Amino acid sequence: MVKKILSAYCKLPYCKVISSLLLGLVLLTLPFITDYALGRIWVRILDFSLLYIMLALGLNIVVGFAGLLDLGFVAFFAVGAYSYAILGSPHLGIHLPTWLLLPIGTVLAGFFGILLGTPTLKLRGDYLAIVTLGFGEIIRIFLNNLNAPYNLTGGPQGINLIDPLNFGGISLSQAGWFPAVYNYYYCFLVFVLLIIFTTHRLQYSRIGRAWVAIREDEIAAQAMGINTRNIKLLAFSMGASFGGLGGGLFAGFQGFVSPESFNLMESVMILCMIVLGGMGHIPGVIFGAIVLTVLPEALRYLGPLQNNVFGKILVDPADLRMLVFGMALILVMLLRPAGLWPSPIRKQEFDEAIEDSND
Amino acid sequence: MTEKLLEINGISKHFGGISALTDVSLQIQHGEIYALIGPNGAGKTSLFNVITGIYTPDSGSILLNGKAMTGKKPHEMAKAGVARTFQNIRLFHSMTALENVMVGRHCRTSAGVVGAVFQHPKAKTEEMAIKNRARELLEYVGIARHANTVARNLSYGDQRRLEIARALATEPLLLALDEPAAGMNHTETNSLEELFRKIRADGVTLLLIEHDVKLVMGLCDRITVLNFGKKIAEGTPDFVKNHPEVIEAYLGVSV
Repeated sequence: MVKKILSAYCKLPYCKVISSLLLGLVLLTLPFITDYALGRIWVRILDFSLLYIMLALGLNIVVGFAGLLDLGFVAFFAVGAYSYAILGSPHLGIHLPTWLLLPIGTVLAGFFGILLGTPTLKLRGDYLAIVTLGFGEIIRIFLNNLNAPYNLTGGPQGINLIDPLNFGGISLSQAGWFPAVYNYYYCFLVFVLLIIFTTHRLQYSRIGRAWVAIREDEIAAQAMGINTRNIKLLAFSMGASFGGLGGGLFAGFQGFVSPESFNLMESVMILCMIVLGGMGHIPGVIFGAIVLTVLPEALRYLGPLQNNVFGKILVDPADLRMLVFGMALILVMLLRPAGLWPSPIRKQEFDEAIEDSND
Repeated sequence: MTEKLLEINGISKHFGGISALTDVSLQIQHGEIYALIGPNGAGKTSLFNVITGIYTPDSGSILLNGKAMTGKKPHEMAKAGVARTFQNIRLFHSMTALENVMVGRHCRTSAGVVGAVFQHPKAKTEEMAIKNRARELLEYVGIARHANTVARNLSYGDQRRLEIARALATEPLLLALDEPAAGMNHTETNSLEELFRKIRADGVTLLLIEHDVKLVMGLCDRITVLNFGKKIAEGTPDFVKNHPEVIEAYLGVSV
């Protein structure tokens, strides 16, 4: 039934234009609708969803396109966030403008991407995962301990009172026409759209094909004249720079950073977004990022839900929340092993693999 | 044309205590079809890997058109004009046939990140040219109708042909084919032979490893026979066919 309506709709002459207009309208009004329906806190969760979409799309270049398993991606997020925090807060008394802070964080994270990529060029799969995991931890431990002898990062206390994002003298944290969370929503939305545009263009280019070629067969890729070293480093630095941009936005949005926000669990969650959504497929990755940001928050309502249904709280909602979340992840991977929204080719591969194993 | 295209001198390669290649030398002329034969484990594929830069030889030198190429990386060899196919097909399985060939254009094109993202006129023209050339090559090897089929779903023979198209996309001077007719029936082998003649006629020199004796004898200008990593004979098909050491290597009886 739904399929019939959809296919009938797709035959309409202007269906693409209509869809884009509808999508644009939804995206523009989303904070108002969300605020009205669910409350201000959910607009904030929306902002975080957008941040995670940026991170997931960045990691997708490394893991999804180039097939390099990276478990330390949050390090680049941290680099972006801390460079923004250090150069734009009373901590060292430096207050660079936002239009400088964001590019600095982006470029610096890209540089760290190359730093991580260079020693790991010959590693693949599990081995690469372990090294990247170590790299992520190194960055976090550095941030934790770089408060002595010279206090650069503020140590475990982190950095406070970070300058909010500010474009052309208008600070996003000062409620103008809209509340601050709305401002950030629109700001993040612009960056997300930019990143989607960039990754989409990259995917269907000479560079994108080279990434996939390396993922599929590195030796054959070399034999086709692909300089795998450069192309891999490019993937690492492109992915990392998206992470760095996300980090800068995060610091300006939160006004506070500390090493706690950049632990291994974050890297794992970002990886989950990609795997759960559909590796290498941009819409899938976006969907995965939204689901994995919204679901844990939505599960906070398990407490009130129990109260309403049973009249009392039976299981501690904090325990139940992560339990249900974990079960949801397992269920998705069992029922849709290629991800919630895989690319058509990848889905086909998985279906064939299942058929083969049934033979 | 009778100039030397590829010249390898005294190549040796060891893996631990095993010597895969010992002091192998050969010369391939422009426009030739040259074959490398020998029993299994004779070192044919190892020699291929040395020529295409996957292995670095322990000693010896490689010259392509008179230029020293010893120790170059695979992508540098591809850029210099040596393309290859693999014994166990190594396609980019989740890409379509067309995309596979488009990857082959990588080393002859230059668009980078900026070109990809902003799609300025030059990058757009280049991308169009890549696609057109890839289509032509699929047509050339005879699998144009499968352009949008995912590589893994192609039939075995078509996968072999796709690998050849992908290698041709790098505009090679020398096309090295590792057992291109393996597992093919008589008809398929015949049409493959036609394809090789066509490729040669278009100015590409061919080097092939092949077990199909009939194909090798009918097609090739010169043959080198390897056994236990050493060259035991080199010459025209007729010369090699009657060479005592070759007969011994294949049949295991001394004459």
